[in-house]
Amino acid sequence: MELIQQLVNGISLGSIYALIALGYTMVYGIVRLINFAHGDVFMVGSFVGFYAVTMLGVGFFPALLLAMASCAVLGMIIERIAYKPLRNAARIAVLITAIGVSLLIEYVTIYLRGAQPEAYPSTLLPDRNLKLFGVVISSQSLFILGTSLVLMILLQFIVHRTKIGKAMRAVSHDAEAARLMGINVDNTISATFAIGSALAGAAGVIFGIYYTKIEPLMGILPGLKAFVAAVLGGIGIIPGAMVGGLLLGVIESLVSGLGYSLWRDGVAFVILILILIFRPAGLFGKNVREKV
Amino acid sequence: MATWKRTRGFWVSVILAFAFFAVVEWLIASGTLNVFYVNTLFFMAINVMLAASLHLIIGITGQFSIGHAGFFAVGAYASAVMTMKLQLPFAVGVLTAGIAAMLAGLVIGVPSLRLKGDYLAIATLGFGEIVRIALLNIDYVGGASGMTVTHMTTWPWVFACLFVTILVIANFTNSTHGRACISIREDEIAADAMGINTTYYKVAAFAIGSFFAGIAGALYAHHFYIIQPSNFGFLKSFDILIFVVLGGLGSLSGAVVAAVLLTIVSTFLQNYPETRMIIYSIVLILVMLYRPTGLMGTKELSSLFKWRKAAQGGMNHGGKNTVA
Repeated sequence: MELIQQLVNGISLGSIYALIALGYTMVYGIVRLINFAHGDVFMVGSFVGFYAVTMLGVGFFPALLLAMASCAVLGMIIERIAYKPLRNAARIAVLITAIGVSLLIEYVTIYLRGAQPEAYPSTLLPDRNLKLFGVVISSQSLFILGTSLVLMILLQFIVHRTKIGKAMRAVSHDAEAARLMGINVDNTISATFAIGSALAGAAGVIFGIYYTKIEPLMGILPGLKAFVAAVLGGIGIIPGAMVGGLLLGVIESLVSGLGYSLWRDGVAFVILILILIFRPAGLFGKNVREKV
Repeated sequence: MATWKRTRGFWVSVILAFAFFAVVEWLIASGTLNVFYVNTLFFMAINVMLAASLHLIIGITGQFSIGHAGFFAVGAYASAVMTMKLQLPFAVGVLTAGIAAMLAGLVIGVPSLRLKGDYLAIATLGFGEIVRIALLNIDYVGGASGMTVTHMTTWPWVFACLFVTILVIANFTNSTHGRACISIREDEIAADAMGINTTYYKVAAFAIGSFFAGIAGALYAHHFYIIQPSNFGFLKSFDILIFVVLGGLGSLSGAVVAAVLLTIVSTFLQNYPETRMIIYSIVLILVMLYRPTGLMGTKELSSLFKWRKAAQGGMNHGGKNTVA
C-alpha cells in the first residue's frame, strides 16, 4: 500500500515536471536551444497566479488562464529580445545568453517584490481526501493530474491537428526547407515559445497549489529537473517529455519513500548523467551521427 | 641570444610578478593595507585561479563545463578535512585539495568523451549539484551547517598558488599539448582526423583545470573560516563562467582581467546583491548579443603591444574567433 501511495504522489509531482518539460522539449526541438530561462517563466507563472487569486480574488481556472497568457507573452518577449538576434550565432553564446536571461528574471523579481516566500491560498481547490483500497488520494492531486492531462491532450491536438502545429513540425524537421515552402519561421518559433511558456505558467500555478510555498528562486530546481525529464524521454520528442516527467516524479517519490528524501534532488542529476552516458538520445530517441 | 629573445617576455613577467609580490608583502607587513583590502586581494586571487582553470577547459579545449563550483567545493572540503579532522599541515591540505579535485575532474572528464556542447554543459551542471547535495548529506563534514576552518591562507601561499596556476596554464597553452587542445576547440572531428588523441586531451584539460580549481578551494576554505555547501551552488559556477565569458573565450589574460574587475565591482556592490546580479545578467546578455566572443576574443593582453610585429607578418595568434 505504501508503494502505491508513493506512486500516486509521484504521478502528481511528475505531471508538474512533465508540463515544464514539454516547454523545454518543444523549444529544443525547434531551435536547438536549452532555454535556461524556462524555469523562471514557470516561477513568474506561479506568482501571476498567486497575485490573481489574492488581489483580484478570482478562482482557480481564471488564475490558471491568466498565468498561462502572461507567461506566453513573456516567453515571446524573451525570444524576440534575447534569442532571435543569436539565431545563427555559436551555440555557446546562445546558452550563456539563456543563463543571463534566467538570472535577470530571478533578480528583477527579487528587486521588485523582495526574496521572501509567499504562501499559496489553500482554499483554491476543494480539499477532500478520497480513500481507495487504503490509498489516500487528495482531490487536489486529482485536479492537478486532470489539468495536466487536459493540457497535454490539447497540446497533442495543436501539434498534430492544426496548421501552426504542422508548421512547427516542419520547422523542427528542417527550418530552411520550411522557409522555402512558405512557412513563416519566425512566427512559428514565437508560437512555440508562447505555447511552451504557457504550459510552464500552468505548471507554476499547479506547483503553488501542491507545495503551497512559492519564492523567486523556486524555478531553478524544478526547471533543471524538468530538463532532466526532457532528456530522459529524448529531447525534442513531445511524448518523451511526458513520460520522462512522470517517470522522474515517480522515481523521486520512491526515493523519498525509501527514506532518502534528502538525496532526492541528487537522484535526478544522477539519472541525467547516466542517461547522457548510456543513451544520450533518451528513451524515445534515435541516435543520429554527426556528419563532417 | 636567440633563446633570450624568445623568452624575454616570459622572464620580464616573472620578475614583475615577484616585484608585485614583494610590494604587497611589504604593504601587508607594514599595515598599510587593512583587512578589507587584503580580503579583496585574496578573493581576487582565488577568482583569478578559478577563472584561469575554467579558461583551460572552456576557452582552450572548448569543453563547455558549467559545474566548476563542484571542483572548487571538492578542493575546499578535501583540504578542510585534511587540516581540521586529520590535523595535517596546510601544505598537505592544499595538495590533497588539488588531487581530490583532479580525480573528480577525471570522473567528469570521462562522460565528456561522449557528450558535446549543451549536453556536456548540462551534465557538468548536474555534477556540480550532485557534489553540493552529497556534501549537504555527509555528516562527517557537517552537513548543511558546514565546517569551521582555521585561518591559514597567507599572502605568500596565495601568491605561490596563483603564480603556479598562471605559469602552468599559460605554458600548457603554448605547448604542443595546448595546440592540440585548441585544435579540438576549433573542430573536434577535424582534429581527430589529423591524428590528435581527442579523448586524451579533453580528459587532460579537465584534470588540470579541476586541479587548480581544487587548490583555489583550499585557499578559499582556509581564508573564510567556515565553508557550507550553499557557498558552492551553481550561482558560484555561473560567477566563474561569467569571468571567462566576459574576458573572452580563449583569452587567459582576458579571463584574469575580468576576474579582477568583477571581484572589485562585486565587492563594492556587496550591500546590494540584487542590483549586482541584475547588472551581471544584463552585461552578460548584452556582451553575448553584441560581442559573442567576449571582450577580448581570443587575443591576449600582450598581443596588444605586438601589433607592429603582427602587421609585418609576424606570428599573430589572435586570428581565430570561434569557440565550440
